Amino acid sequence: MITLTVNGTEHSFDGDPEMPLLWYLRDELGLTGTKFGCGIAQCGACTIHLDGYPTFACITPISIADGSDVRTIEGLAENGDHPVQVAWRDLNVSQCGYCQAGQIMQAAALVDSTPDLTDEDIDTVMSANLCRCGTYPRIRAAIKQAAEARTE
Amino acid sequence: MMSNRVPESLRIANVSRRSLLLGMGAGSLVLAIGLPRPGRAQDAPVQFGADAMPNGWRDDPNVFVSIAEDGIVTVTVHRSEMGQGVRTSIAMVVADELEADWDMVRVTQAPGNEPRYGNQDTDGSRSLRHFFGPMRRAGASARTMLEQAAAEAWDVPLSEVRAEGHVVRHAGSDRTMGFGELAAAAAALPVPDREGLRLKDPATFRYVGKADIGLVDNDDITRGTTTYGIDVRREGMLYAVIARPPVFGGSVASLDDSAALQVPGVERIVRLDPPAIPAEFQPLGGVAVIARNTWAAIKGREALVIEWEDGPHAAYSSDDFRAELEAAVQTGDGKLILNRGDVDAALAEAETRVVAEYYIPHLAQAPMEPPAAVADVRDGSCEVWACVQAPQVTRLRLAQRMELPEEDVTVNVTLLGGGFGRKSKPDFVLEAAILSREMGAPVKLTWTREDDLHHSYYHTVSVERLEAGLDAQGKAVAWLHRTAAPTIGSIFAPDPKEKLPFELGMGLTNMPLDIPNVRAENPQAPAHVRIGWYRSVSNIPHAFAIQSFIAELAAAAGRDPLEYLLETIGPARLIDPSEIGDVWNYGEDPARYPIDTGRLRAVTETVAEAIGWGRQMPAGSGLGIAAHYSFVSHVAVAAEVEVVDGAVRIPRVEIAIDCGAHVNPDRIRSQMEGAVIMGAGQALTAEITFQDGRAQQDNFDTYLIPRMETAPREINVHLVSSGGYDQPLGGVGEPGLPPVAPAIVNAIFAATGTRIRRLPVADQLRS
Repeated sequence: MITLTVNGTEHSFDGDPEMPLLWYLRDELGLTGTKFGCGIAQCGACTIHLDGYPTFACITPISIADGSDVRTIEGLAENGDHPVQVAWRDLNVSQCGYCQAGQIMQAAALVDSTPDLTDEDIDTVMSANLCRCGTYPRIRAAIKQAAEARTE
Repeated sequence: MMSNRVPESLRIANVSRRSLLLGMGAGSLVLAIGLPRPGRAQDAPVQFGADAMPNGWRDDPNVFVSIAEDGIVTVTVHRSEMGQGVRTSIAMVVADELEADWDMVRVTQAPGNEPRYGNQDTDGSRSLRHFFGPMRRAGASARTMLEQAAAEAWDVPLSEVRAEGHVVRHAGSDRTMGFGELAAAAAALPVPDREGLRLKDPATFRYVGKADIGLVDNDDITRGTTTYGIDVRREGMLYAVIARPPVFGGSVASLDDSAALQVPGVERIVRLDPPAIPAEFQPLGGVAVIARNTWAAIKGREALVIEWEDGPHAAYSSDDFRAELEAAVQTGDGKLILNRGDVDAALAEAETRVVAEYYIPHLAQAPMEPPAAVADVRDGSCEVWACVQAPQVTRLRLAQRMELPEEDVTVNVTLLGGGFGRKSKPDFVLEAAILSREMGAPVKLTWTREDDLHHSYYHTVSVERLEAGLDAQGKAVAWLHRTAAPTIGSIFAPDPKEKLPFELGMGLTNMPLDIPNVRAENPQAPAHVRIGWYRSVSNIPHAFAIQSFIAELAAAAGRDPLEYLLETIGPARLIDPSEIGDVWNYGEDPARYPIDTGRLRAVTETVAEAIGWGRQMPAGSGLGIAAHYSFVSHVAVAAEVEVVDGAVRIPRVEIAIDCGAHVNPDRIRSQMEGAVIMGAGQALTAEITFQDGRAQQDNFDTYLIPRMETAPREINVHLVSSGGYDQPLGGVGEPGLPPVAPAIVNAIFAATGTRIRRLPVADQLRS
C-alpha cells in the first residue's frame, strides 16, 4: 500500500506501483490539471512538485512518491494567487493554455527557490517545458514580474 | 469489374461517403479543398466569404446571447478555442455592441450544430473575418431588445433610452434598469430587423480594439481547472489506446493478445477494421486496448504481439522521395498552372539565369494536447466530448459511422490544447465512438505522442524549383516555378497527384510580383501518408521558396535584398487575384479583398526599419527579410541571426502584419509571437522523415521544436493597420508563419554566405 499526500489530502493506492504519478493523479484522483504531453520527460506538461521539487509526473512511478507530499496546479496556492499565477493572468501569457499548468509549476518552484533570478536561470530551467503555441517571451516576462512581486 | 473486387463493407462506405458529399453539410469538405460547390446551378451567383461556407453565418441574438436575472451575460461561442483567443475576441465583440460590463460577461462553448450557429470550421484564419459582422449584429440586436423592453416598461419612446454600462437609462428622467431586470421582457420581444439596426460608432468601442482585455479562460488555465478533450471524465468511463498500423494503409496480419489481457486493468482487446482508402477522416484501424486507466491501456498495448501487413506504402522513404520530387521538377511535363508572357523567350534573352531548388519536409502539427476524445455511444445515441476544430464535420461523420440520425449525435466541444490543423480531422473521435459502442460504456481514447507523430495528417513535402532570367540591370524579367508535392486532395480521392487550386492559391498562383513573364508548372507527386492542413498549409513551401529565391536573385544581381524585394514586389497597386491566376483567394471576393502591394511594401519597410536594416553587422551575424501575402493579410518578417560553430541563434525578430482593423490586438500580437517561434522551429530543427513507410520521429526528443533557450530571443510585433472596422478584416492565426523561415534563412546567408535550400537547417552549417 502506497500512501501519499496530494494538495494536503492523504491518499492510499494499492494498484500498479509502476503507474506514473501522472496517470494516478489524472485517472484515479481526477486531478486533470496536470497534463500529458510526451510521457518521456521531454515536454514538462506534467510538472508537479514532489516534496517541493519540480518533477516530471509522467516518468515518476507512484512508488517513488510513497510517503511524499505532492502538489499539483490545483493546489499551488489556495486562491490561485501565487505570484506566478497572477503574473500569468496579468500578461495574458497563455494561448491554448495546455502546457501552462506545467510551465506555472516549473516557474513557481524557480521563483520560490531563487532569490536573484537571472535571464540565464530562467532560460535554463524553463527550457524543460515545451510550448507549441510559442508563449516563451511572455513566460519570461511573467517570471520576472512574479520574481519582483516576491521580493517586494 | 473493378467494383466486384471491392469488399462489400468498403463499397457501402464509399457509397455513403459520396452521398454525403452531395448532401447537406458535405460542403465543408468540398469547399475546404477548394472544389466548386456541388449542386449549384451554373448561373447562380458566386458566393464569397462566410456566405460561401457550409451553413454560412447566423446573427440571431437568441442563439448567441443570454442574460440571466442577476445580469450575467453569457455569450455562446461557436468557434473552437485552440489558443487564438477566439472565445475572448468574440465575447469582446458581442459585449461591446451590447453595452455590457465586461466583468459581467461569461462564455459558453457551442456544440457542433451548424444549422443553428452557422459555420463552425475553425480553420483558414476565418473566425473574426467571417463573424465580426454577425457577432456585432447579435450584440446590437440584444441591446436594442433591452432598450425596447425598458422603453415599454417606462412607456417612453425608444429614442429616449440608451443602454450603457450594463443598464438602460432614460435620458429625460435619469431612471435606470439593469440588464438582469430587463432580460425576461427583452427575450419576449421580436428580434429587430437587420437593416434598421444601429451599430456602434467604432470610435465608442470599449473592448474591440483595446489591448488590455484579459483572456476569458485565464483563471481556469492558471488554476488547472480547464477541460480539454483529454480531461473529460464520465461515470463508468473506460480508457483506451490503439496500436495502429505503422505504415499508412497497413493492416493487422496476426495478433497475439494473450499477454496484453494479463495486464492488470486491461478489460478487452478490440480489432479495428482496416482503413478506408482514401482515408478522409476515417480511423486507421489496428488493435485497441481498453482498460480501467490510461496506464493499464498503455501497458497492455506494449504487451500486444502484432504482425503487420504493411500494404502499398511500405517502401516510402524520405530520401528516395526527395530524389523522386527532384527528378519531377527537372522536366516541363507538369500541369501548366500559370503562363503569362513568354518565359522561354525571356529566359533565352536574359543577361543572367539563376536556378535554385528548395526542399521543405513533412511536419507534424504536434499540438501539446495530442488527439483525445471521450465518447458515449449507448441506447441509440452518440455523445462525444472532443477537442475538434470542425465540430459539425465531426457530427456528420459520427452519424454516418454510428448509423444514427444526426440529431442523435451530440458533439461537445472542449478547449483544444493546440490544433494547428490536426484537430480539423476527427478520426480520433470516430475511434473513441467505435470503442464506446463496442464496450457499451463511455470510453476515453488517448493518443500518445508517439501515436501523434507516427500517424499525423502530415504537412506535405515539397520540392520547389525556381528559375529566373535577369536583365542587364539585374531585374527579374522571367520566372519559372515548378512545384511538386503530394496534395491534401489525396485524403479525399484515390491517388490524385496534382495540387488543388486552394493549395496553389496559397502563395503561388497569387504571388504579387512585378515580373512580366511568369510560368508555373505542377509535376505529379503521389501521397504515401495522410496529408493534411498544417497552420498556413501550402504557404509554407511556396513562401520559403519564393522569398529565398528573391534574396538569391538579389545576390546574383549584386543588390541589397531589401531594395530588391521591394523592386520585385513592384509599385503600390491593387491586384485582383483572379486576374493573375488565383481563382480561390481564400474564398473571398477579389473585389473586396484585392492583394495590395502597397500594404505588402509597408509591412516590409516597417520591419526593415525596426531591425535597423543596412547597419554594420559583426562577423557571423546577419539580417534577413521576407514578405508574404496569405489569408488575405499582408505580413513581413525581418530576422537577425548569429551563427557560431554552425549553430544558429536568433537574437531578434521583427514581424509586421496588416490584417485590417484590429478586434483583439493583444491576441494578434500573441499569434505573431507564436508564429515566429513555430517558424523558427521549421527553419532550424523540425522535420518528420520516413523510412520503410514508418515515421522516424517518435517524440519530442527527435521531433525538435523550439524551447525557450533555442527560440528567437526578442520578438517585436508591429500592427500596421489600414482600414477601419467597416473594411474587410484579414486573417491572423496563420499568416504570420510563412515568411518566418525564409527571413531566417536569408539572414543565415547574410551571416555566413551559405545558402540553405533544404529545411530544416539542422547541422548543414557545421563543418
